[in-house]
Amino acid sequence: MNAVLVAATSTVAVPSTFDGVAESLTVVILLSEFAMLRAPLSRSQIRLYSFQSLVVSILAAYIAAAKGLPDLYAIAALSLSLKAVVVPVVVLRLLRDARVELVASNRASVTSMTLMAIALAVFAIFVIGGLPVHSSSLPTTAFGLSAAVVLVSFVLVALRSDVVSQAVGFFSLENGVSVASLVVASGLPLIVEVAFFFDLLVAVVVFGVLMRVHHNRTDTLSTEALDQLKG
Amino acid sequence: MGWALITLTAVGAVAAIVSWWAPPRLGHATTVAAGVASFAVSLPLVARTAPTSALGGWLRDDALSTVFLLAVSFLYALTSIFAVGYLHPGSDRVAAARYSRRLFAGLNLFCWSMVMAVIVNGLALLWVSIEVTTVVSALLVAIDDTEGATEAAWKYVLIASMGLGMALFATIVMYQAGTTVFGSGYELFYPKLLAGAPHFSASIVRLSFVLAVVGFGTKMGLVPVHTWLPDAHSEAPTPVSALLSGSLLAVAFYAILRYFQITVRAVGPEFPRHVLLGFGLASLALAALYLARQRDLKRLFAYSSVEHMGILAIGMSFAAPIAIVGVLLHVLAHAAAKGTAFFGAGSFLRKLGTKDITRIAGGVGALPLSGPLLVLAVLGLCAMPPGGMFRSEFLIVSGGLSDPSDAVVAVLVVLVTLASLGLVFYASSTMLGATPDNVVRGETSAAMVVAMVGGIAGLILLGVHPPGVLSHLIERAAAQLGAPT
Repeated sequence: MNAVLVAATSTVAVPSTFDGVAESLTVVILLSEFAMLRAPLSRSQIRLYSFQSLVVSILAAYIAAAKGLPDLYAIAALSLSLKAVVVPVVVLRLLRDARVELVASNRASVTSMTLMAIALAVFAIFVIGGLPVHSSSLPTTAFGLSAAVVLVSFVLVALRSDVVSQAVGFFSLENGVSVASLVVASGLPLIVEVAFFFDLLVAVVVFGVLMRVHHNRTDTLSTEALDQLKG
Repeated sequence: MGWALITLTAVGAVAAIVSWWAPPRLGHATTVAAGVASFAVSLPLVARTAPTSALGGWLRDDALSTVFLLAVSFLYALTSIFAVGYLHPGSDRVAAARYSRRLFAGLNLFCWSMVMAVIVNGLALLWVSIEVTTVVSALLVAIDDTEGATEAAWKYVLIASMGLGMALFATIVMYQAGTTVFGSGYELFYPKLLAGAPHFSASIVRLSFVLAVVGFGTKMGLVPVHTWLPDAHSEAPTPVSALLSGSLLAVAFYAILRYFQITVRAVGPEFPRHVLLGFGLASLALAALYLARQRDLKRLFAYSSVEHMGILAIGMSFAAPIAIVGVLLHVLAHAAAKGTAFFGAGSFLRKLGTKDITRIAGGVGALPLSGPLLVLAVLGLCAMPPGGMFRSEFLIVSGGLSDPSDAVVAVLVVLVTLASLGLVFYASSTMLGATPDNVVRGETSAAMVVAMVGGIAGLILLGVHPPGVLSHLIERAAAQLGAPT
């Protein structure tokens, strides 16, 4: 009963400028996730990831300014330098060295992938976004949107069959979680945020190492050959 | 006692650095010393009744973490000994030295990250440590550089990272749940969260718990998010397989239990129990079926791990405190038995050059010590007395019977029996019978036998007569997990 009341009052309230901007940025992040899903080339996928990370950094900087949370500027700077620049450059260089097919392959048609992603996004926005996330001033719709980014990234990982798309899927999942942490947990202690970042960086290095190992062994970036282990 | 926690933080990291830079022999000696030292330092914590903290509260050890610390440090010690015997000097000395350096530095780092996961205080650092275990162990899985190892490592790093992404989401959602009580900008320390949990929003905590079970459950090997597990366990070098199965899965389970503790206080015990029951039954059922038909000895043991993780999840779903005591004892017994089983599989891999079940026969004749020890470990995994698993599964089942959930207990017993059939069948087909004539009778390395003897000794100690301090420790840990009265 209490939860229903809170949900009702929060939908009635007129969104502030802060809410509007933060939610628009989150929608852009979700849309870029959809664009990744249909991007035919690995290269364009990585560029889209870089763009998405850029928007995440802008969102962080905006929240830092609007809420007076100087810690978040550090997060924005880290996110901009690592996720929007370093990671895409490293993966693009790997692709250039690989000199193999750059067209990513799908397990399902773009149409069915998109429909599936839409279904998941609707589920996330209405079911998870509908949860009574108690917060006095933060836009709670963005919580559902960030969950949608996470779920759509699962479609990307599951239905693309090349190592670049799968890695980009994981990186963008992390972007979705970052958005969630920015909008619903912007007071998260800095040390924790930095630890999360450091971890992502290590994971990226490991993804890179394994992509290289895979490429050296099979001369391709496709995961078609990775079907020996069964049962 | 804070010194013990600080020592544990330092030992693994220092050993990793030394084994990376020092010549192989010194690296091996350091690793064994670090493993044994970690176990020795963990022991005084067993008798402590009050929680221990260090470094301004960032490190904290209570009864629950001590149980899992034992599961990690016990296998750290045994695996470091086993790994020395497992390495074989190839024809190419430079390549062998490089392999040894990578393997031992990686093993130390892997164990260090698992130790950190159980002694750090708070959900955020817990997640960070478990993510470190993933990246280190993924590289260790790939270290053999075979086709299978590459495939297994890619699947592992991708699936486990996606899972941990969900777990990070769970961490953030739990943080959000706490902001209603603590305001923003608080540390996610366990005592603080447990104290505030009764005032958290129930639906947010439920979401966080489900995300945590799916996320950390991916690392723990719960069906249907277990798919990386058999590949990684079978393709990794054997010392790594033993740690993955005996310790890493336990650490992931520990993470779930931390969320369980909070959820029980926030929304009552029914909801988390039902979630774990569903995952547990699915894991147990699927693993029991897969165990009936396997060709690869290490894959067989990997599915046995899925089975035992299912038993742990089901055990947590029973309301009786005795079942929770059984679950925690089962974690320790599983570490001892599964570690030994993988050590045995590794000994046969070294001796016969294969882990193909159809090509191993008369194992007891080929390896006169490792063979019988492997048979004992498999019997232990089937919960035969006098192994520790007999005691732990007995406690879980009797806990289930004292709670009116007879149907679940019946399913549990039937599936465990089915799983044992598969294990016993393949153990007898590979270990008993006549040894082929071309196989020379004899052990390949004393170190490997020592590690197996240690594992079996631990397993039997837990079964025959667990030391009093250990029983008290497990009871205190079980009390932490019970519903508050």
